[in-house]
Amino acid sequence: MSYWPLLGILGVVAGFALRLNPMLVVTAAALATGLLAGMDLHLVIATFGKAFNDNRIIAVVWIVLPVIGCLERFGLQQRAAAVIRGLRSATVGRLLLLYLLYRQLTAAIGLHSTAGHPQTVRPLVAPMALAAAEKQVGELDEVTTERVKAYAAATDNVGVFFGEDIFFAIGSIVLIQQTLLTYGYNLAPLQLALWAMPSAVLAFLVHGSRLLLLDRRLGRARA
Amino acid sequence: MITLPWLYVLAGLMFAGFALLSLGDRSNGKRFGNAAFWGLMALSLLAGNQIGDFGNGLLVLALAGLAGFGLLGRGQPPTTSDDEREGWSIRLGNQLFLPALIIPATALMGTLLYNYTPLGQLGLFEAKRETYVLLGLGVLLALLVIFAWLRPPALAPLQEGRRLIDAMGWAAVLPQMLAALGVLFAAAGVGDIIGGVTRSVIPDGSLFLTVVVFGLGMALFTMIMGNAFAAFPVMAAAIGVPLLIGRYGGDPAVVGAVGMLAGFCGTLLTPMAANFNLVPAALLELKDQHGVIKAQVATALPLLALNILLIYLLAFR
Repeated sequence: MSYWPLLGILGVVAGFALRLNPMLVVTAAALATGLLAGMDLHLVIATFGKAFNDNRIIAVVWIVLPVIGCLERFGLQQRAAAVIRGLRSATVGRLLLLYLLYRQLTAAIGLHSTAGHPQTVRPLVAPMALAAAEKQVGELDEVTTERVKAYAAATDNVGVFFGEDIFFAIGSIVLIQQTLLTYGYNLAPLQLALWAMPSAVLAFLVHGSRLLLLDRRLGRARA
Repeated sequence: MITLPWLYVLAGLMFAGFALLSLGDRSNGKRFGNAAFWGLMALSLLAGNQIGDFGNGLLVLALAGLAGFGLLGRGQPPTTSDDEREGWSIRLGNQLFLPALIIPATALMGTLLYNYTPLGQLGLFEAKRETYVLLGLGVLLALLVIFAWLRPPALAPLQEGRRLIDAMGWAAVLPQMLAALGVLFAAAGVGDIIGGVTRSVIPDGSLFLTVVVFGLGMALFTMIMGNAFAAFPVMAAAIGVPLLIGRYGGDPAVVGAVGMLAGFCGTLLTPMAANFNLVPAALLELKDQHGVIKAQVATALPLLALNILLIYLLAFR
């Protein structure tokens, strides 16, 4: 067996490491992989094009954008912020725990793009978490500030990663379905979404415990 | 019967609208690039089956070229100011969440009704694709409610949609590109090679170790690629389908769904997933570029172990 086609993967690693544009990196890796496998250029381009066309359903998911955009126009984000602000949690851990839950639940019903690092974490969650931490330990040193901010971003990631797959019309569910279909296993998206639930619960328990441990660590810092 | 091509037309018309509005947006110095990019997406969705495989290939190369050589800008569609939004938010209250819930509610309840009542026998929707069709119906229903209730300008959905798609830019198309890359990897036998390598480390006949290698492989390959989307087709071809589902008779739904989530654990650990790990570090002005990843390690590793256990315990009941 020839190992040459693996060079394409190496190209992806190098391309990302050099911070090249991912669209170019992916395209170059695809062309290189095909050529190294002995296909001619015409066939490689046709294969890439056919695969892109076969996966058009991934692009269909964006039809929700006009609705989300319109609701933002009428203050959906501000309303969401007001709701979170109304939850008067006193500690970083509890605040982020609530945000984790909120993020998982909204992602699970397909609202994963209503929050995120630019929209909610920087303007809302991180400042709220820092304010809560100040209540817990007084003035924050640099290490604590960094840690609280990093936890705010991490909580957003964990929440959305382990919530979104419960919504059956998300790209990754479609990808799983399309991949398995090529081997003759025709699954309904809802079947796949169902099996994303145990992991979602475990993610909440694992990351949630760490958030509460953060509270204890901060409490100890004061003592 | 309503089939997927109907949805492609709906999405295609939306992207065509984005392209036309981009063309007229003089606030964006790169408006021709945006118009071309979204216009090509519209062409793909509206006429992908007519332009042939090679034609589609050229279309993808053009998309990559436009994105890769910095020809995409960001338009400034007309929208409301932060103060106006704050005002609307107070005036409308929590009712504002209701139209947002129409889409998921239509998709979810419609899917359940369609599958568990005689409604499904009417053959209204393409088999196994009813959820996507319902998603489209939900979008149209939500827009109807928004227009009846809030009376935005007629072009608002397209302009606001363009605002969001421009904010994402080419990243909105990257998942589809990565899926296509995965297909090419498979066609070139990358899955077989990786499968050969990984299979050579699996002691024959050990189901548990096969599951462990599958889960670790998903996470590691995701770390290399920065995205579980590219890893999944490869690991499915290498281990998931031939061994876990084929030889050991595992439930394809569990292997697929939890396998993907094992990959997501890898996403938490890699700088390659720049959008999630490096961008927020910059946004929050962290001193340590890898601060977010460090905060995620102690969540990702136990969760990876638990997901591997889930596959082992749930797929082979």
